[in-house]
Amino acid sequence: MSNTLMRLIDPQMIFTGIEAGDANEVIALLGGKLAEQDLVTESYVEAVIARETDMPTGLPLGEINVAVPHTDPEHVVMPAVAVATLTKPVLFGNMEDPDEKLPISIVFLLALKEKDKQVEMLQAIAGLIQNGSLLEEMTAAADKEDILALLAKAA
Amino acid sequence: MKTKVVLVACGTAVATSTVVAMAIEDAMKEKGIPVAIRQCKATEVPSLAPDADLIVSTTPVPDNLGKPVIKGLPFLTGIGKDAALDQIEAALRAG
Repeated sequence: MSNTLMRLIDPQMIFTGIEAGDANEVIALLGGKLAEQDLVTESYVEAVIARETDMPTGLPLGEINVAVPHTDPEHVVMPAVAVATLTKPVLFGNMEDPDEKLPISIVFLLALKEKDKQVEMLQAIAGLIQNGSLLEEMTAAADKEDILALLAKAA
Repeated sequence: MKTKVVLVACGTAVATSTVVAMAIEDAMKEKGIPVAIRQCKATEVPSLAPDADLIVSTTPVPDNLGKPVIKGLPFLTGIGKDAALDQIEAALRAG
């Protein structure tokens, strides 16, 4: 699974030790990086934030919670994923219970075009989400090289 | 056994429901239950529910659909996945 992730996640789109005040700030920061590379449209960040407000993507995992914000394919140019680990958790709504807020430490911002072509990426991320000890090590990673080393080690 | 239609819903019908749909398809194949999976947005569930045998959703859906609804989040988080699969199997065998 991690070999897949290493192939699918552009190291330039991994950000560690991000300080953000809230969920929107993280989405805007990561989405801005995707937009800089023309992977998403100008409307993407706003669409993700709107969707997150309506149908949040926080996943309750126990110690380290993860959010997977995304939006409709019309705002995406090329499939991509951006990853951020946060110095201090920010609150995202719980996917299953939107009124409940979860402290989120790792954000995978997904830019998805066609579901059938991104099954591999989605399954790799699902595998990662289910690996609690790896998530914990990711939050302690100092830089993107550390993250890449963790993904390689877990392979 | 007749092929059962499972409606798998999430917010956008591209991300989380894809993972859930694959997991259910694989698991039911192993159990010998023929299923046809249809992915949709949570907002489309009320109009598609009449043609489904079972609904699995990662986000809240109305509870007056007349069809069994099972939470799909365990297929993303791994927490409670076996129990969710048992619920799905029981619902499909009963239907």
